[in-house]
Amino acid sequence: MTGSRAVPGLRWPRLLAGRGRYVGDLAVRGMREVAFLRSPFAHATIRTIDCAAARGLPGIDAVLTHADLAHVVRPFRGTNALFETLVAPEQTALASSHVRHVGEPMALVVGDSRAACEDAVEAIEWDVDPLPVVSDPERAVSADAPCLHVAAPDNVCLAMEASSAGVDETFATAETIIDATFRFARHTGVPMEPRSLIASFDPSDGALSVLHSHQCPAAMQQAFAALLDLPAHRIDITCPDVGGAFGIKQQLYADELAVVATSILLGRPLRFLADRLESMASDIQARHHVVYARLGAASDGSLVALDVDDLLAIGPYSQYPRTSVGEGRALLTCTAAPYRVPEARARSRAVFTNLGMAGHYRGVGHPIATAVTEGLMEEAARRLGVDRLAFRRRHLRSVDDGPQRTALGPTFEPLRYAACLDALAAAIPTSDLEVWRDRVRASGALAGFGYAVFIEMTARGPAFYGDGGAEISTRDGCFVRLEPSGAVRVNASVTEQGQGVETAVAQVVADTVGIALSDVAIVTGETANTTHGGGTWASRSLASGGHAAFQAARTLRAEILSLAAALLQCGPETLDIIGGSIVDRDDSNERMTLKQLAAVCHFRPHQLPAGRQPALEAVASFGPTDAPFRAGCGVQLSAVEVDPDTGVVRLVRHAVAHDCGAIANPLFVDGQLKGGIAQGLGAALWEELVYDDQGQLLSGSLADYKVPTALEIPDIQIVHLPAGAAEEDPDTPPRFVGVGEAGTAGAPAAVMNAINDALAPRGAKLFQMPATPERVLQALGAARG
Amino acid sequence: MTHVSIDLTVNGRAVRETVQARMTLVDFVRERLDLTGTHVGCAHGVCGACLVLIDGVAARSCVMLAASADGRAVETIEGLSERGATRNLAEAFTRHGGLQCGFCTPGILVAAHALLAETTRPTRDGIREALAGHICRCTGYEPIVDAVADAAAGRQDAGP
Repeated sequence: MTGSRAVPGLRWPRLLAGRGRYVGDLAVRGMREVAFLRSPFAHATIRTIDCAAARGLPGIDAVLTHADLAHVVRPFRGTNALFETLVAPEQTALASSHVRHVGEPMALVVGDSRAACEDAVEAIEWDVDPLPVVSDPERAVSADAPCLHVAAPDNVCLAMEASSAGVDETFATAETIIDATFRFARHTGVPMEPRSLIASFDPSDGALSVLHSHQCPAAMQQAFAALLDLPAHRIDITCPDVGGAFGIKQQLYADELAVVATSILLGRPLRFLADRLESMASDIQARHHVVYARLGAASDGSLVALDVDDLLAIGPYSQYPRTSVGEGRALLTCTAAPYRVPEARARSRAVFTNLGMAGHYRGVGHPIATAVTEGLMEEAARRLGVDRLAFRRRHLRSVDDGPQRTALGPTFEPLRYAACLDALAAAIPTSDLEVWRDRVRASGALAGFGYAVFIEMTARGPAFYGDGGAEISTRDGCFVRLEPSGAVRVNASVTEQGQGVETAVAQVVADTVGIALSDVAIVTGETANTTHGGGTWASRSLASGGHAAFQAARTLRAEILSLAAALLQCGPETLDIIGGSIVDRDDSNERMTLKQLAAVCHFRPHQLPAGRQPALEAVASFGPTDAPFRAGCGVQLSAVEVDPDTGVVRLVRHAVAHDCGAIANPLFVDGQLKGGIAQGLGAALWEELVYDDQGQLLSGSLADYKVPTALEIPDIQIVHLPAGAAEEDPDTPPRFVGVGEAGTAGAPAAVMNAINDALAPRGAKLFQMPATPERVLQALGAARG
Repeated sequence: MTHVSIDLTVNGRAVRETVQARMTLVDFVRERLDLTGTHVGCAHGVCGACLVLIDGVAARSCVMLAASADGRAVETIEGLSERGATRNLAEAFTRHGGLQCGFCTPGILVAAHALLAETTRPTRDGIREALAGHICRCTGYEPIVDAVADAAAGRQDAGP
């Protein structure tokens, strides 16, 4: 039994007092600092790297290149066995013969301060032969494009397609065809704490200990074991406070692997704290798509066919261990998922470029699929002259239809799209928005509002990584034990980066056992002390970790009641645990405290019936296996004003109606929605990793890569759909659906639709993100002709 | 490498140290004084995670040299927290979920403290303006604005 309560984060008192323990705040005795020589060229053959002068500088312990590390660390390739044709070129911790993106690590310096290390980086003498560069996805697939890898002469990492049988025939007979080319800028997640780790290898016992700002310590344990030839059980990964992650801290990074390998080589602790410039160049990048899409409608205005052709610019390698094709795969799954469209085809080509490494950032592929689908839906409604919401309602999949297979293949459980749309329209009537829009337009300005229906795929099952051969768990475990004090200690394999899962798991345990949250102590993010688990990715951790916590706590509770019944000489079914006391179920009268029971069990077990060994510990683990994922859904609304003279878009209001089932902690659920929406708003209007045609990163600082601030992000109205009644049964594990992707999934589409609603009276259209003033003015100018 | 001697107070305590002339103030308080509550989010004066008070005025310690703090009084989140100056802000952040990962939080608390030292009746837009030099990637800012407004109201109730 778990209630829904707005409990503050367990770490917050420390974090608010300036007593956080992020990797950069920690030290290990004997620790040295690290800096990297990173390639300033996007594509080049390495001629020489001469470290002699750098090695002689004061405070420098070592300067290493690929040749120094090659016997300690294996090369790696981001494969997935499910995709036989995926080209995954070999990558090394430090560049060997070539560099293929600006920021690729070429040499590693170890010294007594970061400043000394950076001085030494400057003293490394190197020479390269520059090679032609591929700096955008369309260039990558052009006929005369330079080639990054011999194994991929066409620069294609993977081409995927999903299709129903009659797409072309249906388009041939469609009455109306709406088409557009959607362009999405390259992003990165920008967690405020940059990537960081302290790697300590002890050559005397062969144990590796890593303090890691990471989401998936267990996956790193497997990766380091595989690539460094260490037994996994001799590797401990500990995630202390992690200052945001958003998917960026989910992967293996070449530079981090090089730090760990160097710790093994030198036998001493090394700390690497990425600075912001190297983060912008070397953190996982994402969202860089060009999508041509078209929608066909019959003469009665019904949708008959959809066709989506996606070009995704990944980096120069397939990311290890998850690959870089996740966005395309999500696009093939969730494009048009909310709607009944009889015929559909989606293609995605992931292409190699000389840009930064690409992979997973919050919402993987969802924002692209939603922006394309919803952009076409609103454009179609405009063209057909029908109301946008009525047009959607006409085509939305209904809960009454039960699970449905889409034209692209996947089957989705019934989702409450229409209820979300109704709830949003009830909270913010369209007529009110129209009145506001008319008033602004009457004053000569441009104003508009737009909607986006979205699906959110969370809590993935094991099929993709498991069958794909990647050692990435989709399970999580929870170990609970009753202490002599009557408190419960919890060790859980979920990991905390601010989203609140640690607090939520503790809540589940407290509520399920029947004790106060203050009587629960929880440890997460430590491979040595928890079961092997997935950690944080794809909004999965409460779905798995919350379920496991419930099961473990139920087992402990049953044992406590059984022990109490034995002592009190009654039936366990006559007892209950409330507020840390064992009480009569009928009248809630206290029979004994949990502390009294725990003291008997720990210190005077001979008072129990003869032979009874109390089991004051329980462990459980869980991972969804019944479906590829759990889905949530929702609708977002954005209203904007556009200044026709400057092209500046101002966000006037934003709202979301959302269905994620049971809510453990509304403070965190709302936090995920609002924070995710803010990132989606950044995508729509400001955020862009700009590279020039030589692959040089032009937006490598936070002054150039615009992350929105409190001045730009409006207050956000949230409407929750109430969960079903099934959650009330105390014997049923709570069925949590993730909520972390919702904001980024829907916000960009809603904003772009609002902008196009604002531009429509001028006959202008814009399908490129971010909608910078320059692009808005160009769209207005193009409409003027 | 040029070194300089500096004399300053940090969180009310007299500090005398010799530092490299190029050492930033944030590296000084973090690495020399173990005051790690002040964070480095960008190291170029944009994100605000490194905000401290210098002679009572908010300043970005990542774009300021330790040497230039000579003779001044520096106060960090640890000092503010220990003397209770940010208590009602911290309570309001807790109520409203004004933090998630917490990395940007010390800088934002320092900025909010500086704002409320100026006025206990800030407008919502005024709060947003005062926080415009900070990046929070987790919350979407609204819970932070709510918290600062709530703390301001609490200080009004408490009287001048």
